[in-house]
Amino acid sequence: LARAFTTRSAFDPPSEGYQLLPFRFHRLDKESEILVNECGEFVIAPLGTTERIVRRRLRPVDEIYGTLKAKHFIYDGYSSALLDVLASKYRTKFDFIGGSTKLHIFVVTLRCDHSCHYCQVSRQTVNKGEFDMSKEVAARSVEVMLESPSPHLTLELQGGEPLLAFDTIKFIVTNAKAGARQKAKELDIVITSNLAFLTDDILDYCKAERIKLSTSLDGPPTIHNANRPRPGGDSYQLAIEGIKKARHVLGTNQVAALMTTTQLSLDHPEEIVDEYVRQSFHTIFLRPISPYGFALKSGHKTGYEIEAFLQFYRAGLSHILNINRRGYNLVEIYTKILLQKILSPEGTGYVDLQSPSGAGLNVLVYNYDGDVYATDESRMLAEMGDFTFRLGSVLKDSRAEILTNQPFVDLLGAACNQSLPGCSDCAFQPYCGSDPVYHHATQGDMLGHKATSGFCTRNMTVIKYLFSLLVDSDTETQDILWGWATDRNLAEMRSDIPQ
Amino acid sequence: MRLHTAGVASGFRKPLVVRVTTQPLSVERRKDAALVAVSRDGLSSNVSGYAALIFQEKVDALGIPVPVVHSVRDIDHFRSGHIVALDPFNGFIRTLYRPESQHNTLFTTERCNSNCLMCSQPPSDKDDAAALTARNLRLVDLMSPAPEYLCITGGEPTLLGDSLFSIVRKLKDVIPKSYVHMLTNGRRFAWPDFTSEFAAIRHPNLSVGIPLYADYAPLHDYVVQARDAFDQTVIGLHQLARHEIEIEIRVVLQALTVPRLAYLAEYICRNLTFVDHVSFMGMEHIGYAPRNMEDLWIDPLDYQDELEKSVTILARFGIDVRIYNLQLCVLRKSLWKYAKQAISDWKNAYSEPCEVCDVRDQCGGFFQWNTKVKSRGIHAIKSSVA
Repeated sequence: LARAFTTRSAFDPPSEGYQLLPFRFHRLDKESEILVNECGEFVIAPLGTTERIVRRRLRPVDEIYGTLKAKHFIYDGYSSALLDVLASKYRTKFDFIGGSTKLHIFVVTLRCDHSCHYCQVSRQTVNKGEFDMSKEVAARSVEVMLESPSPHLTLELQGGEPLLAFDTIKFIVTNAKAGARQKAKELDIVITSNLAFLTDDILDYCKAERIKLSTSLDGPPTIHNANRPRPGGDSYQLAIEGIKKARHVLGTNQVAALMTTTQLSLDHPEEIVDEYVRQSFHTIFLRPISPYGFALKSGHKTGYEIEAFLQFYRAGLSHILNINRRGYNLVEIYTKILLQKILSPEGTGYVDLQSPSGAGLNVLVYNYDGDVYATDESRMLAEMGDFTFRLGSVLKDSRAEILTNQPFVDLLGAACNQSLPGCSDCAFQPYCGSDPVYHHATQGDMLGHKATSGFCTRNMTVIKYLFSLLVDSDTETQDILWGWATDRNLAEMRSDIPQ
Repeated sequence: MRLHTAGVASGFRKPLVVRVTTQPLSVERRKDAALVAVSRDGLSSNVSGYAALIFQEKVDALGIPVPVVHSVRDIDHFRSGHIVALDPFNGFIRTLYRPESQHNTLFTTERCNSNCLMCSQPPSDKDDAAALTARNLRLVDLMSPAPEYLCITGGEPTLLGDSLFSIVRKLKDVIPKSYVHMLTNGRRFAWPDFTSEFAAIRHPNLSVGIPLYADYAPLHDYVVQARDAFDQTVIGLHQLARHEIEIEIRVVLQALTVPRLAYLAEYICRNLTFVDHVSFMGMEHIGYAPRNMEDLWIDPLDYQDELEKSVTILARFGIDVRIYNLQLCVLRKSLWKYAKQAISDWKNAYSEPCEVCDVRDQCGGFFQWNTKVKSRGIHAIKSSVA
């Protein structure tokens, strides 16, 4: 005998209404606003929706009622709010914090053959020793690095030009590997170099030690050489030759390139992107110049307003999307990071765009002289005489001391955008970060004034732009963007998606 | 395809589960075997050692030292290796297992704690768990050759409690390589102790298929006719994921589930990220469904937009999507690549236009009973336009 059925109205929520869960909102345009909850889940809805929600004007029969309930914006007496599920999503989002300090940057020497306009710290060849990392400092730095609880460490060797101090590199690599083995930690090693001094011996060493290379490529020769002067004016040629040689010996994906956007770059987004394609790179990072050190001082030469950069970014991104449509896979890294933050339930630990900020927490910089800084930018500030973010010294401090000294405690106080003025009520907070070092450098205040912050303008603009693409662009563009967020190229997306 | 028949039972008082043989066996191989024959003619006079004898003709069972079912209506469907259940009271012979089939099941109980509006196999409240568990445990012991794939179904298998654990343990011990898929509403897994004990069995090839009909609790609960079912199922899914058990989400497409289908897809991406597959299934027109057609019927042609949108959301996210029980002629071409042929061989049928259809071989066809309520889109596809 069949059992009886219960009518639909028996499953209606009780009439006493609903309660709010934490969320934030932002007007997108004249018609719509975006609501974002603590875990970064979003609803794009007609303007006025937030007001209707908070004034308790929604009714369970409204389509958006169910959506807001399912996405954890509101809850009612019908069922549990499934807060455990919300908690689990929140935990997933912030899982990256548990990783501790993964990235360890060693400044093995300040000496460099280049005199780049945006570099703060390099010294034209002075006598060896004065600006090189001593064995004592190197050994202690490795010890402090290995004190990090992270099971996976990345050791980045940079300068100056680190290949000018190759013996120091070898000493550090040997020590670090032995220590990592002993502590059963995984260790990745990267050398960041302009490749001008790359030799076959160095490459053989890198191959034997499984060391990756990272270099600078600012665009085609005119832009690259103008940004990166060296005696002979052949920085571009040396970098390209170095990339080719290194790929041949180490393998294509063992060599990465980064670009810095100068004032000169601003007018040439497409040429710069094309250069990356010409050199067979599949990632590009349209990176604004850091407003530190020489870059601040020589603002007339390299600096620019953030609006000019955003114009450059949009033109570059649009060109990159076209290149993907034509079948060449090229990912813009900053866009990818933001898309992952927006579209994925996972958290993304990118030290320059996370909350709490990665400075000190997920990255530490060990300077040639033993001083430890929160970020590479912190070290550059120090070269200008501002030691705010010098956290300690490997010569007298343990890791525990470095991370409990006053400078780091002060930094942490400004590291969580959840509690920063201008951020705490921003809809895009879950996708954004905090950058106490940037705000200290540009505004003299770690907390920062967001209305005039270049960091805020950049991220607000880019995030809104990405939302407009995710909502309004054609299927192919959306597939490319989703592919970046989920590590699939357009061909793979096409085979996965209804066509 | 015939799966049951009946005759006159004699010489046994408890249900028997036996493996069929159509050829006489030597004495030492007779244990567990039921010999099928037209009559006693031509059989050796010594039949001792068989678990049972099945005769098409009437046989005088007196004096035969083993259980007998005679006067059986049909014996042509029996193949050596099939496993059948013999009922001592009504002489029923039900085929439980066919090694050559991809659609073997362990039917655990008719009871269910939900009462879905479109249930294809409506529950009943009789207490059948003990008898069916005994039958299933015996059945697994006899499965030889082992199946590639086996489905645990009901009713709601988790209502068995400890008996379900015994069955899964038995499967792990006897046929560990057979891939087991259990169809459950997942509600019982909301209780952590139950899930821990289930997971502790550590069956190496097991997945669960769990239906979720909406992102919005009241709607899901209405469809399954059970208050709190949504919360329990969602929590159950999280518990299962914590134990790293493979999960398929099953969504039946009908008039109540279609309007929020895309929201459900988004819900799965953000809240049930860990699921391994999401399956969209055309509704079966049997069981409760015919009775609730006013509430449930929507022509599949009329939900292709929602289906494509939902598949896109899941596929963009990277979740594996499958579509079952929808004929290619009503399924939008962009969705063909997700369509699977999976209707059990004994339930499968084709309709009249199918006879001249050029993609019939790729098509899942119909449930027999669905040929009665067809989409207006059913038509033969000619390769010139396919």
